[in-house]
Amino acid sequence: MPWHYIARSMRGHPVRPPESGIARRKSIWERIHLDPWLLGLLLVLMSGGLIVLYSASGQSMDAVIAQSVRFLIALVGMVIIAQLSPSTFLRFAPLAYGIGVIMLIAVDVVGDVGMGAKRWLVIPGVIRFQPSEMMKLAAPLMVAAYLNRCELPPRLRDIVVCLVLIGVPVVLTAIQPDLGTSLLVSSAALIVLLLAGLSWRLIGFISALGAAGVPLLWMNMHNYQRQRVLTFLNPESDPLGAGWNIIQSTTAIGSGGLWGKGWLQGTQSQLEFLPERHTDFIIAVLGEEFGLIGMLVLLGVYLLIVSRGLWMASTAQDTFGRLVAGSIILTFFIYVFVNMGMVSGILPVVGVPLPLVSYGGTSSVTLLAGFGILMSIHAHRRLLSR
Amino acid sequence: MLKRSNTLKNSEQELRIFRVRALLAVLVVLTLSSLLMGRLVYLQVIQHDLYSTRSENNRVRVEPLPPNRGLIYDRNGVLLAENRPTYNLTIVRERVDDLDETLALLVELLELPEEEIEAFNTRSRQRQRPFQPALLTSDLSEDQIARLAVNRHRLPGVEVEAQPLRFYPDAEIMAHTLGYVGRINAEEMKTLDAGRYAGTHFIGKTGIERFYEEELHGQAGLRKVETNARGRVLRELGRTDPVPGKNLTLTLDKSLQTLAYELLDGRRGSIVAIAPATGEILAMVSTPGFDSNQFVTGIDVASYRSLQQDLDLPLFNRATRGHYPPGSTIKPFLALAGLVEGVITPDSTINDPGYYQLPNDSRRYRNWLRWGHGRVDLERALAVSNNTYFYTLAHDLGIDDLHDQMSNFGFGQRVAHDVQGESGALMPSRDWKRGRFNQPWYPGETLSVGIGQGYWQVTPLQLASATATLANRGHWVKPRLAHDIGDTPVAQDLPDSLDDIQLAKDSWWDRVFNGMEKVLSGSEGTARRTGVGLEYRMGGKSGTAQVFSLGQDQRYNADELEERLRDHALFIGFAPLEDPQIAVSVIVENAGGGSTHAAHLARAMTDAWLLEDDAPDVEEVREVLEEDDANVEGN
Repeated sequence: MPWHYIARSMRGHPVRPPESGIARRKSIWERIHLDPWLLGLLLVLMSGGLIVLYSASGQSMDAVIAQSVRFLIALVGMVIIAQLSPSTFLRFAPLAYGIGVIMLIAVDVVGDVGMGAKRWLVIPGVIRFQPSEMMKLAAPLMVAAYLNRCELPPRLRDIVVCLVLIGVPVVLTAIQPDLGTSLLVSSAALIVLLLAGLSWRLIGFISALGAAGVPLLWMNMHNYQRQRVLTFLNPESDPLGAGWNIIQSTTAIGSGGLWGKGWLQGTQSQLEFLPERHTDFIIAVLGEEFGLIGMLVLLGVYLLIVSRGLWMASTAQDTFGRLVAGSIILTFFIYVFVNMGMVSGILPVVGVPLPLVSYGGTSSVTLLAGFGILMSIHAHRRLLSR
Repeated sequence: MLKRSNTLKNSEQELRIFRVRALLAVLVVLTLSSLLMGRLVYLQVIQHDLYSTRSENNRVRVEPLPPNRGLIYDRNGVLLAENRPTYNLTIVRERVDDLDETLALLVELLELPEEEIEAFNTRSRQRQRPFQPALLTSDLSEDQIARLAVNRHRLPGVEVEAQPLRFYPDAEIMAHTLGYVGRINAEEMKTLDAGRYAGTHFIGKTGIERFYEEELHGQAGLRKVETNARGRVLRELGRTDPVPGKNLTLTLDKSLQTLAYELLDGRRGSIVAIAPATGEILAMVSTPGFDSNQFVTGIDVASYRSLQQDLDLPLFNRATRGHYPPGSTIKPFLALAGLVEGVITPDSTINDPGYYQLPNDSRRYRNWLRWGHGRVDLERALAVSNNTYFYTLAHDLGIDDLHDQMSNFGFGQRVAHDVQGESGALMPSRDWKRGRFNQPWYPGETLSVGIGQGYWQVTPLQLASATATLANRGHWVKPRLAHDIGDTPVAQDLPDSLDDIQLAKDSWWDRVFNGMEKVLSGSEGTARRTGVGLEYRMGGKSGTAQVFSLGQDQRYNADELEERLRDHALFIGFAPLEDPQIAVSVIVENAGGGSTHAAHLARAMTDAWLLEDDAPDVEEVREVLEEDDANVEGN
């Protein structure tokens, strides 16, 4: 387990990654720069996700096929990215970040409105995509690239620069408004800073600042965002309106019990009581049809992926790689936690899909691109231990 | 390129920092995961039962199946109240792309009034379950439905829903007697059996619809359905069929009722006809009528106000709630009271000088004929409607016996079995006067009562009922409107019937009948003009009632005032004398010109009932009435 390994290394013991022996020749996986464990776990997760999706989409084979195609495209993207060396990411981080910020500004000015928020950038007939999605990777890359140049732990000046680097895309995303993505972008980038050794005093200070900013944030929220928070605090206050989602999803999960009602047997899901059941709320379908056991298995798979990812991060051989890899894998966990927390009613409803299970292409592409970077960092270690 | 601070020490330190932070991250991940797991265990194990139930309720919905309201027929099976299929326009807001646009389009397509949209928007502000259809407007026309069908593709979320609605084909004629149904109000909701009325929106408000509400309504059924959250029924899991309301066959004869309505010709008045042997109410009309169908869907404020403020009080049921001084129409009953009490015999006579004086009192109580009728016996007293005879009789009876005897005819009490909202009117007595005015009874007041004036008030229904009892030779039968409920006839012997009126000799009935026949057929009869050409033997009695005062808040112009101060014309009659088939009471308010007007109408009613092939023509009756109008006749 990675933490034993980390614990040992902290005591100053030289550590040798298990599968990277000095004398060993490169395995086939190392040649193609992929991590078999991580890849296997991701494939298990995606296959399981497709099974749940079939049920959640009202047994639509079309949805499953469409999702599979997206997964395939995303996997191809991941494999390609994994072939790039980490130095490429380091070099292109500022460029990606700069383009991302320009596109975010473009969205705020000329973006296409969907669901009451401007999120999409559309070149008519060609492409329609969310620049904020790209920022989920570009922002942490940029911060990691910046910190890579500094001595760690970072000095105050560097921290301020980092906070500005984080703040720009976060604010641009938040005013679209897309609170969920903006929180994910900021957490992805902040994690880099935390992993880089941001001093505890500063963490405390920033937390306090953040707490003080809550009323300000509240005042600048859109009505539907406030409604979500209020509904989270007391869903029963508005059971037929905004609280509907939460009540229905907790009912779905709760009624699943230990073993679940069986695949395709979930009445909440199959009878369309569940809103957004094949996208953000898909885990409620799993909870209803596969019960607590199914939920724990899924959570287990996610934790295995996170463990493997953290282990890969901690064995990265330079600061940039460590920071980026750590950020990618911890952000992945945040996705999981926020989505599961929201559907099971311990977090307010923010539009965060369940990674690699929820129906939707954009997030899968971004996530697998992140895993591509992770694998690249892992695979491009110098194979000599010091 | 990027600066590399690549001293071994820094690198070691950076790795250490990272590993400490990564370990912390692991702790956070584990904590948050435990939190999630705890939540899941809470939801799926600890609270499983609660959510299971909730999920079950979600999936299975119980839908009420409202019963069909019973139909109402007249005695010949003519439909008086039916359930007409109507179509409502509903909107499921969640399926509408742009509500304002859709509403604008609907207004344009259906020519809806702005108020409907406003009312809809008001209702919309109240929160309701998502995907519930909201009513926009009811009772769509065929044309509107067609236009909706053509534009269906432009109107997602807009649906047409079928709902049976009560309809009265002859609303104006039947309005008071039949009553009407209306939307259940909050007050009624409190007292209703929720199970029985599940899904029912209407309840009987007045008349037969109210009196027989329980029979007409039936029992709601239920069906358990599996639905999705949009309320769409996926399949039926089980059902209990509703028990439809019972059909009602009334004793009313629609053609006789229609005739009575037309005879009254829009004047204020009432006609009630009863079959004496059975107590069946053949016709019961109060005019002016109103369109009761307006009340079913909910009458608009302006129309309701105009009905309420109409000085002719169209909403007022004169037949059952109108209080009128009976005037001379009660003289036959008084005569019978005298015979029962032994105060007179059919052969007793008085000498009428034109007035009556109480002992030790100089005041003269006048006959309507100033110089008097001379010697008057019972039959003549009835025929010429002699007041002096009845002053004497009333005085000799005294108010106590008079009150008791008149009560036996049903005066001063509710008489009918199944007439909703019937008034008992007023039969005065010593006790009543003491209770009401805290005053003793004066002998002069007995004389007023003796000619049907003073405090005495009757309803047209009471008059008809008393006439039927008289025609039955004293046998009391409770008037009723229902003939059959479902397939079961209403019991003949109803509880709370009054005692029969017994005379010493049965032939005395014939003497009273003869007197009443002479009213129409005698050379001195007050209604002899009406009796011309009678094809059967008919008994009757005319009456006029003075209008003492007008309502304080009512304003009339001079012409109207004059009209409204004219006497009410009354008439009671029955025929044929040998075997009475119909007893009728007629009241025409402010008809003036004595009682002839009412007498003609009564004759037209008996003609219609008895002469099947020779039904009277309303136009002819009206011509006769006009001719008579100039001719002032004594009562």
